[in-house]
Amino acid sequence: MSAPASKLIKGQTCDWEVVIGMEVHAQVLSKSKLFSGASTEFGAEPNAQVSFIDAGMPGMLPVINEKCVEQAVRTGLGLKAKINLASIFDRKNYFYPDLPQGYQISQYKNPIVGEGEVTIDLKDGESRKVGIERLHLEQDAGKSLHDQHPDNSYVDLNRSGIALMEIVTKPDMRSSEEAAAFLRKLRAIVRYLGTCDGNMDEGSMRADVNVSVRKPGGPLGTRCEIKNVNSMRFIAQAVEFEARRQIEIIEGGGTIKQETRLFDSRQGETRSMRSKEEAHDYRYFPDPDLLPLELDAAWVAEIEKSLPELPDEKKARFMAMGLSAYDASVVVAERELADYYEELAKGVDAKAAANWLNNEILGRLNRDGLSIAQVPVSAAANNAIVMMISDHTISGKIAKDLLDIVWSEGGEPRAIVEARGLRQVTDTGAIDAAIEKVIAANPDKVEEVKVKPKLAAWFVGQVMKQTGGKANPAQVNALLKARLNLPDEG
Amino acid sequence: MSLPSSLASFNLAEARDALKAKSISSRELTDALIRAAADSRGLNAFVTETPERAVEMAQASDLRIKHGEARVLEGLPLAIKDLFCTKGVRTTAGSKILSNFVPPYESTVTQNLWNAGAVMLGKTNMDEFAMGSSNETSAAGPALNPWRAKNSNANLVPGGSSGGSAAAVAGDLCLAAIGTDTGGSIRQPAAVTGIVGLKPTYGRCSRFGIVAFASSLDQAGPMTKTVRDAAMLLTSMASVDPKDSTSVDIAVPDYEKQMAGGIKGLRVGIPREYRIDGAPAEVSALWEKGAAWLKAQGAEIVEVSLPHTKYALPTYYIVAPAEASSNLARYDGVRFGHRAKGVSDITELYENSRAEGFGAEVQRRILIGTYVLSAGYYDAYYARAQKLRTLIKRDFDQAFERCDVLLTPATPGPAFGVGEKTADPVSMYLQDVFTVTVNLAGLPALSVPAGLTANGLPLGLQLIGKAFDEGTILRAGKAIEDAAQFIHKPTDWWRAA
Repeated sequence: MSAPASKLIKGQTCDWEVVIGMEVHAQVLSKSKLFSGASTEFGAEPNAQVSFIDAGMPGMLPVINEKCVEQAVRTGLGLKAKINLASIFDRKNYFYPDLPQGYQISQYKNPIVGEGEVTIDLKDGESRKVGIERLHLEQDAGKSLHDQHPDNSYVDLNRSGIALMEIVTKPDMRSSEEAAAFLRKLRAIVRYLGTCDGNMDEGSMRADVNVSVRKPGGPLGTRCEIKNVNSMRFIAQAVEFEARRQIEIIEGGGTIKQETRLFDSRQGETRSMRSKEEAHDYRYFPDPDLLPLELDAAWVAEIEKSLPELPDEKKARFMAMGLSAYDASVVVAERELADYYEELAKGVDAKAAANWLNNEILGRLNRDGLSIAQVPVSAAANNAIVMMISDHTISGKIAKDLLDIVWSEGGEPRAIVEARGLRQVTDTGAIDAAIEKVIAANPDKVEEVKVKPKLAAWFVGQVMKQTGGKANPAQVNALLKARLNLPDEG
Repeated sequence: MSLPSSLASFNLAEARDALKAKSISSRELTDALIRAAADSRGLNAFVTETPERAVEMAQASDLRIKHGEARVLEGLPLAIKDLFCTKGVRTTAGSKILSNFVPPYESTVTQNLWNAGAVMLGKTNMDEFAMGSSNETSAAGPALNPWRAKNSNANLVPGGSSGGSAAAVAGDLCLAAIGTDTGGSIRQPAAVTGIVGLKPTYGRCSRFGIVAFASSLDQAGPMTKTVRDAAMLLTSMASVDPKDSTSVDIAVPDYEKQMAGGIKGLRVGIPREYRIDGAPAEVSALWEKGAAWLKAQGAEIVEVSLPHTKYALPTYYIVAPAEASSNLARYDGVRFGHRAKGVSDITELYENSRAEGFGAEVQRRILIGTYVLSAGYYDAYYARAQKLRTLIKRDFDQAFERCDVLLTPATPGPAFGVGEKTADPVSMYLQDVFTVTVNLAGLPALSVPAGLTANGLPLGLQLIGKAFDEGTILRAGKAIEDAAQFIHKPTDWWRAA
């Protein structure tokens, strides 16, 4: 796959194509850990959620949590991937204080999920496919705390043993924008599926990004792995920085060393962590405490049947309803937003509803720093407002004021319209009276508009002001034009 | 039935029946065994004696017996290999690295025994992390074999790794004991101390709470004075356990009942590959005798072949250390067990804690295991060993098409001297030549005392069965036991005056 010219990075000597692959660790949504009954709740006191298994006590044995397996299968299905009915848990051996067993139980050669794909949505409404190489289940490690004591480090094992899905992509992304779009889309999918909360701040989703550069269409360059990029914004920054770093080295006559690098979000740069030579030998081998994981095809089919409508299908359906690709992808980005939209759009024009959502609701949420889950006005109330606009009960201008009222004070929109007399004035007599008043007060403008028809808009504004904004602007426009003998196209 | 002269020399079934008849109390029995253990510290069979707990449990049992609420092992005092985690009782696995470890949980097998009413006398000595065939790798020093050769005062090893359990049973310090068997650790010590040892099918007993050596091979089993006792004890030890994914959900039969019925028509296979060069004539002779005993009781003797037998020992010494190297990574000085002092960083903490905490044999096996799993060596060693394991298993499947049990020697010879093989690990590893195959195939096997060498030392015969067919090997074992009439006892040279 080659990138279009617009995505290439300009170097000193030529253009460069950046090639990106990703490994995403997504925490499985489940009440208990992958191989123990300990709770997975975030934010508990250190070491409050640790079973003897999680602490690697002598004689303790792992027992697979069926819920976690189901979640991995569900995710695999959501990624349109092959579900492997037989998979194997392996031990990845290394020493670290927050790894109590001295090994991590993971899946090495036989993961539970094989190849799949994710469609990413780009700014211009364009879509692109990113291949999924595999998804496997593994245990999370604990957390080392180095800032509690001047000489000693402490270990919190609450995370130890929590189930993670490691999702590995093919090297299919060609720009920092695509990398960020991929992560956004993956996050949306797992949130739709309810298999991961996608909360990057709490570490529920973390990405390692593999970056290399090459001349367009040439052989793949040597890649560097950037560890633990934990926000959408940092992904783009990290990729940009790393690509430019590599281009500079190559153009300066150097070669890229395969290594693991750490992204420093404060400096906005990547730094070397360890080279390939220093890489661990993990001595993977099948975990003899666990039998091979065998899934029943009928059970997998049951899960497949229970999948919700996913963002891509939803987007296609919304586009068929009349939304632009861009609007549709904005609306489906979050399941809550899409659900909100569907209720908002009931019985009204789909596009008008999408505009209302994008311009009015998202704008206000953004202004107030709220998420869609915290929106103070229900979708049903908005549906009522949009419906009142479309049947000319209120004007667009009044609708916005009405939303502001409901937003800050609450209440039922139709009742407020009645109580506060916000109904649009469609009585031509009342509008005519307002027009006469404005004409009488502004004889100079009446002369002027005869040579400058654009001034009609000023008259419309004045009449609207006279009616307290309640007049139907289109009606005002028509009546004014007739009264002032202005041409229609003005 | 003629009862033994001293309470301590009762076997399990005798004691059960005497308790049932109320001719003795559990308290009396327990006190006698506590005394026997205290008088026998010269054998170094126990790492930890738990007399207070034993008395408490015995009293509770006596009360139950009085109220007619006796369970199947009610009031019967047992010795527990120090590899089983026992809640509130120090569990060392024979290692310095766990010298101060008191588990806050109980292993499933011991819990099953306590639920059946058994009494805990204490924790027995063993090779460190069950790695050894002589009990000499124990951090607590070697347990000694109660047996000595005729006209000799030389100390002999009780075998290993369950050497302390074997010595305790053979020396009448308990009614019976439990051990674990990864490559022969129940059967070899049983054979060289003149007792019965049973390694059940892999998955028959839960491994939960047993300090792991090699997870795909480890299995708990009884070490007893008679075949009947082994059947009794296994019936209570075995269970399917939701806490061990490798335990198998097959109903546990009453093995004591399965043991009865004789062997008429039983097809006994003699694997020709177990005739090894350099085996002592006495071992071969006893093997032939064993076959003759079974034939005389109505069994049919058939020659069978297990062609991959010669690869069993090398395969075992790849698979077991590989798993051990990973299983023992958790002993790092961070959360429990021995922690090195005066270290400056985490690497030094690991290195020093493990160097100080693990003995030489354990370190050797960790190194071997790490090596065979390393990048570039995995395919040559671990992967090939797994393939051989499959072939070894297939050998047995094919042999069992022609027979119901296999009869083999249990060990290549009788007990050897303390210090005799410690300098030569390979000669020590050869002790397991007849026993490891069974662990690799996951099958059940029983070692039964069958005779004495000219020197007066016990030798055992091994019966190997099909998976989950412990009943048949117990039945055949009973036939050997009946024919052999092994009534010999060691002299009690070790007892305090």
